[in-house]
Amino acid sequence: MDLAHTRIAGTTVLSPAGRIDHATAEAFKAALAPHVARCAAGQDRLVLDFGAVEYISSAGLRVLMLAAKQAKVQGGILAVAALQPIVREIFEISRFTLVLNVFATLDEALAA
Amino acid sequence: MVVRFWGTRGSIPVAMTTAQVQRKLVAALTRAAGRVLDTPQKVREFVERDLGFAVSHTFGGNSSCVQIDAGGSEYTLCDLGSGARVFGNDLQAARGPSGHTFHVLMSHPHWDHVMGFPFFMPAYTEGNRIVIYGCHPALSEAFRRQNAAPFFPVEYARMTATIEFVQLEPERDYEINGARVRAKLQRHGGDSYGYRIEQNGKVVVYSTDSEHKQDDPAEVMGFVEFFRNADLVIFDSQYSLADAISIKEDWGHSSNIVGVELCQLARARRLCLYHHEPIFDDERIAALLDETRRLEEITRADHRVEVSAAWDGLEIVL
Repeated sequence: MDLAHTRIAGTTVLSPAGRIDHATAEAFKAALAPHVARCAAGQDRLVLDFGAVEYISSAGLRVLMLAAKQAKVQGGILAVAALQPIVREIFEISRFTLVLNVFATLDEALAA
Repeated sequence: MVVRFWGTRGSIPVAMTTAQVQRKLVAALTRAAGRVLDTPQKVREFVERDLGFAVSHTFGGNSSCVQIDAGGSEYTLCDLGSGARVFGNDLQAARGPSGHTFHVLMSHPHWDHVMGFPFFMPAYTEGNRIVIYGCHPALSEAFRRQNAAPFFPVEYARMTATIEFVQLEPERDYEINGARVRAKLQRHGGDSYGYRIEQNGKVVVYSTDSEHKQDDPAEVMGFVEFFRNADLVIFDSQYSLADAISIKEDWGHSSNIVGVELCQLARARRLCLYHHEPIFDDERIAALLDETRRLEEITRADHRVEVSAAWDGLEIVL
């Protein structure tokens, strides 16, 4: 999976796109892994800009949960931002809004 | 084929509290304000038409027991949770105390799935036959031990019905009470087994106490095939997905999200949420059902899955 990334003021911003489902979750996990490994105390925060993500399945949400857990153990901060309406609903129904740092916009995530 | 739900609660039976009953009464009477409800018939019509399910009904509190009725003279049940007590009493009241044969497919012998058996009155009546099927080698021992001191005052030997245990192997087809039955191993502490039941051209899948980690494509596809084209999938949706893969990981249960996904992939016709979280009240389960229907709608491609939530007393005609 192509995981575009930029660095903005001490934050690494990753921009996945398309569908993160059973077919693509493993590729998403592999692409995310090196960034999560660096998401630690004293390092860049990690923000996933979900503005171009159209759908995420349970497999994709599981990847996010594992990434967030790893970042937390390492003392890092991982957040998700700019969910499209349908993805936002999936986050709410799965209760991921209660366990992940979710921001309405990328700017809000960067300012947090 | 008719599927009757006698017990739908997960983990432990529950009863409505006074506070919950009063909340329903307040909601109903508030909605009745200004209406002329001066006969029992008008009241009944108001209750049935104008009150939502969570006000006019309850999802109930008995633990797992589902009847698969394909019209034969013998009875097929899935699990013997506390709902089996109600089933046994209803049956004996309607059709007499003895002369009945029961075929029971056991998911696993955890408490909430066997606790109805000591109170299953047909077991204490000579002339009844109870055949208990399952993949766990220690199934017979589990039933005998719960009907023994110090757990229960009436010994297993006092059950005068003929009781038989039949060991099944997963991934093999069996003919049980006229149905083709196949068991599948599921992820749960001590293992559990789901059942695919095919009869008269209809397919019911009973899949409870089953955790789906969704990280192994082969495992996912195994369940997709197990659910393939089912007319009804009865699915353990006790937890939210977030809980199931965080604080409640490895507790052995699944979520509405995974139920929708698997049924969509399998092109199942109906998904029935089952094994409800015991701390959820009726409003919470009704809200969960609404959310799950919305999830099915926004993630639907070319196949619609009809979503319902099981309640004690629900009948689904296939």
